[in-house]
Amino acid sequence: MTARTPKTGLEIRKVSKAFNRVPVLHPLDLCIEPGRILGLLGQNGAGKSTLMNILGGNLQPDTGEMRLHGAPYTPQSSREARRLGVGMVHQELNLFSNLTISENLFLINPPTKLGLIRRKQMNRAAELLLKQVGLALDPATLVSQLSAGQQQLVELARVLADDAQIVLLDEPTTSLSDGETAHFMQLIRRLAQESRAIIWISHAIDDVLNHCDRVAVLRDGALVADEPTRAITAQGLVQKMIGRPVTQLYPARNSTVKAQAKVILRVDNLSQPQIIADINLELRAGEVLGIFGLMGAGRSEFARILMGLDRHVSGTIWLNQRILRGSPRRRSQQGLGLVTENRRIDGILPESSVTENMSLVAIDRFVTAIGGWIYPQRLRLAIESMRESVQLQSRLSNSQALKTLSGGNQQKTILGKWFLNDPRVLILDEPTRGIDVAAKHEVYQLIHHFADRGNGALVISSDLDELLGICDRLLVMSLGRITGEFLRSTFDRERILTAAFAQHLRLSRGAQKQ
Amino acid sequence: MNRFNRTVMRILDQSSWGLLLIVWICLSLLSNQFFSLTNLMNICVQASSTTIVAVGMTFVLLTAGVDLSVGATMFVAAAVAGKLAVANAPFEVCLLAMLGMGLAAGLINAFLISRLGIIPFVATLGSLYIGRGFGLWLTETRAIALPQTFLALGTKQIWGIPLPIALMLSISVVGQLILTQTRFGRHVLAIGCDRAAAEKAGIPTRNVIAGVYVIAGILASLGALISLSQLGTVSPTFGEQREFAAIAVAVIGGTSLFGGRGGIFPGALIGALLIQSVESGLVMLNADPYLYPVIVASIIFVAVLLDGFRSSLVRRLQRRPIFIP
Repeated sequence: MTARTPKTGLEIRKVSKAFNRVPVLHPLDLCIEPGRILGLLGQNGAGKSTLMNILGGNLQPDTGEMRLHGAPYTPQSSREARRLGVGMVHQELNLFSNLTISENLFLINPPTKLGLIRRKQMNRAAELLLKQVGLALDPATLVSQLSAGQQQLVELARVLADDAQIVLLDEPTTSLSDGETAHFMQLIRRLAQESRAIIWISHAIDDVLNHCDRVAVLRDGALVADEPTRAITAQGLVQKMIGRPVTQLYPARNSTVKAQAKVILRVDNLSQPQIIADINLELRAGEVLGIFGLMGAGRSEFARILMGLDRHVSGTIWLNQRILRGSPRRRSQQGLGLVTENRRIDGILPESSVTENMSLVAIDRFVTAIGGWIYPQRLRLAIESMRESVQLQSRLSNSQALKTLSGGNQQKTILGKWFLNDPRVLILDEPTRGIDVAAKHEVYQLIHHFADRGNGALVISSDLDELLGICDRLLVMSLGRITGEFLRSTFDRERILTAAFAQHLRLSRGAQKQ
Repeated sequence: MNRFNRTVMRILDQSSWGLLLIVWICLSLLSNQFFSLTNLMNICVQASSTTIVAVGMTFVLLTAGVDLSVGATMFVAAAVAGKLAVANAPFEVCLLAMLGMGLAAGLINAFLISRLGIIPFVATLGSLYIGRGFGLWLTETRAIALPQTFLALGTKQIWGIPLPIALMLSISVVGQLILTQTRFGRHVLAIGCDRAAAEKAGIPTRNVIAGVYVIAGILASLGALISLSQLGTVSPTFGEQREFAAIAVAVIGGTSLFGGRGGIFPGALIGALLIQSVESGLVMLNADPYLYPVIVASIIFVAVLLDGFRSSLVRRLQRRPIFIP
């Protein structure tokens, strides 16, 4: 790549791709120039990742051609793409925790002498790269000692190590806190200013509007919009993604919880040193209770303690007027369920089928009393009807491995898994993370229906709009304590956020209590 | 990570050293012949063959694979050498033939695993049986007595160091250098940590995986050479269960069976010395030979237990506190 003509960047013409003769990408044209950031939006399954994988060399297109700086670009592997200056940061972290930062950065081409790695030189070069992404760390640090945010920055540094001119970012900010995201976006902006071309996949529409120069929208494998950011609104983008005007993302919620409704979950003075302190709450039948807080407020840890996955030293949990204790299995038998925060890590069995995943918790209900033999017919019928009630996409087969499903369908399968067990209280930790707009709406509806049947839902989320949209009542956690309580009628963004920072600001608890 | 935890971690990281030290102290107290230069030399000589095989095994284990065929490879290499030696072939030819058999076995495993995608356990289990069968057919299930040149190898010295020890040390050093100081070594560790991520990072995973099985095959044949120099005969049971000895030694040395963590030094080398010291100590104490496997097995358990402590400590340390009261 000697004669690099500026202002051309990466050009895609009539590129398409099909898997098993099912078209995933229809022939599309796209162009990205150096110095620009292109936001790529679309629902899950719209073909964004396929397009990125084609650009990054992991997949080869069926038709069409790509040109990089005017020359034909036909990478056969990610290795070749990287050599040609196309770098990719994947959604999931792809670093090696057993190696150091500098080893990760120079994994493919470490500086060597007689075959031996020149560590000093490598660490010096790594230090420069780390400085570029704003990390003040020793390059000889093991990656296992870094936070998720730091690891994401190291991934970005790895792209810089290859001197990539085209940078592909596949939802790199999902695992980052708000502060880290802001820093990350600042960096991306600077990389663009250094005349790199950047394509950024995201679900965060506001971020895209704030940071990108252009926005492209994919729907069902076709490009339905490719416009400068200033020419389009958030509302318009969502419409393009869904293909029809959105009436409302959040289903209507009339707060119907009666004050005299039975308390089905009660938590008294729950504490665990360094994790949570003095948590008290009551959840009534029919109620959707939200828990808001900043990253690291202890919400997920609280959920894990409720479910019995982690220990607590003091306090009592009551479910249906009975003390809840013992293993997660016993708690689920007593009527508690937990939809975990990280679907891919501890929410699904990725290699197992829809049927196996859905029947995982409630399998006891479908087996003989002696010997535990499964009643296949009974199970099949139950799965069929549950599929319908969670609105799982109808063309999916029951025997399909869960990892092949989109995020939304995976999440619906998880909900079905718990609903089959007929719980009284379901804890949902970030129930709509990484799923598309249409699926979000359906998940909200499922949560409401669940509560309306006389059950209680405890929804944990970092998305305040989501909680304001679907909850009857909201608790705010800050550094392991509950620092605020708001009824639907008194929802107030500013006061909720103040409560979320309460422990950080060392404000007195009393002043924040409603 | 506070200082106490870091210290505990460092101790657990080096637990194989600690175990070796404890075993040596105990045996020295129990038997006054144990801690002598002659005996320690003997231990090293006897541990050399296993160590060399275990170095190759360590590479394989680090990629989260396993090679069950190294014992059979040793047998085939020895059988071919025996046949040639009996037919009056010069020693150099026998040596080259042995290494060639190791290379061939490694290439076959590499092909099955990295090109055909057969999982290592099954692929190498298959080559174990094929290798054993082939060796038995070659030797017609009879023991072959080797000429004096092979036994002479065992007593040969290089700068005053017995050849087996010199070979064991140099292979360990080179192995450790390759593992920690070359690109290939870093790729091996990366693949063991996360194969899919390694693929995406542009590491030629198939070639690296092929490489570790070739290394394991060649080192198995070298291990066979050292064994022959000590035994002098190729019996039909030659090399039997050596794959388990090699795996055990690597695991005692701190190499994880799930890949990505471990090494040769302290790893396999210390592990082999540990096992050999225990066996030699038991001989001196006139222990019932039937007890050997029981005691060796308990050491493996202790090593794995310590590794478990280490993992749970890592997990605990990685959990972030929400607040400090």
